Amino acid sequence: MTTAPHRFALIQRLLHWLMAVCILAMLFIGAGMVATIAPKYLPLILLHKTLGVTLLVLVLIRLALRLYYGAPPLPADLPGAMQLGARLSHQLLYGLMIALPVLGLGMLWAAAYPVVLYGGIQIPPLLPQSDGVHTLLWNAHAYLGFAFFALVLLHLAAGLFHALIRRDGVFGTMALLPLRDRMTRAE
Amino acid sequence: MNLPGKPSRSGLGSLVMIAAVLGGGAAAFAYTAGWLSPERLTPARMIAALTPPSGVPLGHRRNHAKGICFTGTFEANGNGVELSRAKVFEQGRYPALGRFNLGTADPNAVDATVRVRGMGLQITAADGEAWRMAMINPPFFAVSTPQAFHDLLIASGKKDPEAMKAFIRANPEFGPFAAWAKTAPWTGSYAEEPYHGLNSFVFTDAKGGDHTVRWSLLPSARPVPISQADLEKRGPDYLEQEITERVRSAGPLRWTMVTTVADPGDPTADPSKPWPETRRTVQVGTLIVQRIEPERDGPCRDINFDPAVLPQGIRVSDDPFPAARSSVYRRSYDLRAAEAKDYPRTEAAKP
Repeated sequence: MTTAPHRFALIQRLLHWLMAVCILAMLFIGAGMVATIAPKYLPLILLHKTLGVTLLVLVLIRLALRLYYGAPPLPADLPGAMQLGARLSHQLLYGLMIALPVLGLGMLWAAAYPVVLYGGIQIPPLLPQSDGVHTLLWNAHAYLGFAFFALVLLHLAAGLFHALIRRDGVFGTMALLPLRDRMTRAE
Repeated sequence: MNLPGKPSRSGLGSLVMIAAVLGGGAAAFAYTAGWLSPERLTPARMIAALTPPSGVPLGHRRNHAKGICFTGTFEANGNGVELSRAKVFEQGRYPALGRFNLGTADPNAVDATVRVRGMGLQITAADGEAWRMAMINPPFFAVSTPQAFHDLLIASGKKDPEAMKAFIRANPEFGPFAAWAKTAPWTGSYAEEPYHGLNSFVFTDAKGGDHTVRWSLLPSARPVPISQADLEKRGPDYLEQEITERVRSAGPLRWTMVTTVADPGDPTADPSKPWPETRRTVQVGTLIVQRIEPERDGPCRDINFDPAVLPQGIRVSDDPFPAARSSVYRRSYDLRAAEAKDYPRTEAAKP
């Protein structure tokens, strides 16, 4: 493992921003599709399922990369509470990125719905139909979805706080392109 | 580097910008979820409009709430292959699971009070790919759009007779349906009814050619007309008793599945408009109903007959109903699954 890199590896940064766009899209599609009976309901739900399974695969790759490459250290002058908040919120983000697609698949299986993705790809059921399990997973998927959106907003606020107010180089560790003022500090 | 604690003027601007990004994000999310637009026709509003005077049918489907399960076989004759590459049209026998039902939101409705009868059906191909559909016995639908269906539910639920008159003025397509409801003969059996898909779908053949079709299941049993009054005398749950007894004593029941192919220019987006009688039809197979089981513990209970569950080779057309039905049925399923204790199974076999 590389010790104390000043930025995330390129592949990590690419995955982060790709997944950020997809996750935001997922959250909005999810909230919107269950609130409409218009024809767009069907393409939205197909996209939600396809993107959800794709994101599940991507987050597992991302987690493996994170374990392999590690992460740049936070600035030493960052207050302890913020260090703790950063650590916890990132663990929560990873947990939700894994949990939400799994819960989504589970609730479809427990409702005896065939899971068919874009291009007709079928995912075989790993759970039998069950009213109780469906209700539990459905509620978890919905409420954790809202929590995920709140956490994404918090993450975005923290990123902007580092970039615009503290200007401490933390944002630059994940930026796709090197940023001048942050690099001066990190190097 | 700026240290926190003493926000400079540009720091203040940054704070405002961060707040704007968060507020804008949250507002966009709330708008997308429909929280800022109470007039939007959501599945929840459609289900609220379906609620019968007898109250929310806890644990039951929110429409077509009264029904009985069947299992059997779909025997494809192979003719459907010219229209669709769906595997269920390849000559062969495929398991079928379904539900005869009444078009009412009251699971305890008296049979003779419900004009529309329906059939939910799932046919499963050899590789497990499912095709689900839900059909009814009128030859055309009551209204042209999901919004009009919602308006019909609201108008028909009002005591004021002017409400229905206003609805009919705004939705003249309801006229032929009202005439059908008034004049079409009743029968005393689910076995004697045709079940029409009404919505159009697009079949894609092996060469990639598209064909917009509707389909119907036509009974082999001869319809025997009965007056509504005579049907009422036979009891509130006569239809379920009759179909159970008929299959037990007379054996399997059969319906022929007929697909009708639209010509260019036919009204594919409006299920209240029948296509001309001269359109080409293709008989694609036979549904054989072999076993009847009460819904409470039966195999159809767990199935949402969502008409958007389609195999490869069939997709939705410009008809807006399958998407609307899919969205509302899903909500109905979520609700009734959460209320399962209000409609308890009698067996301990199922978790």
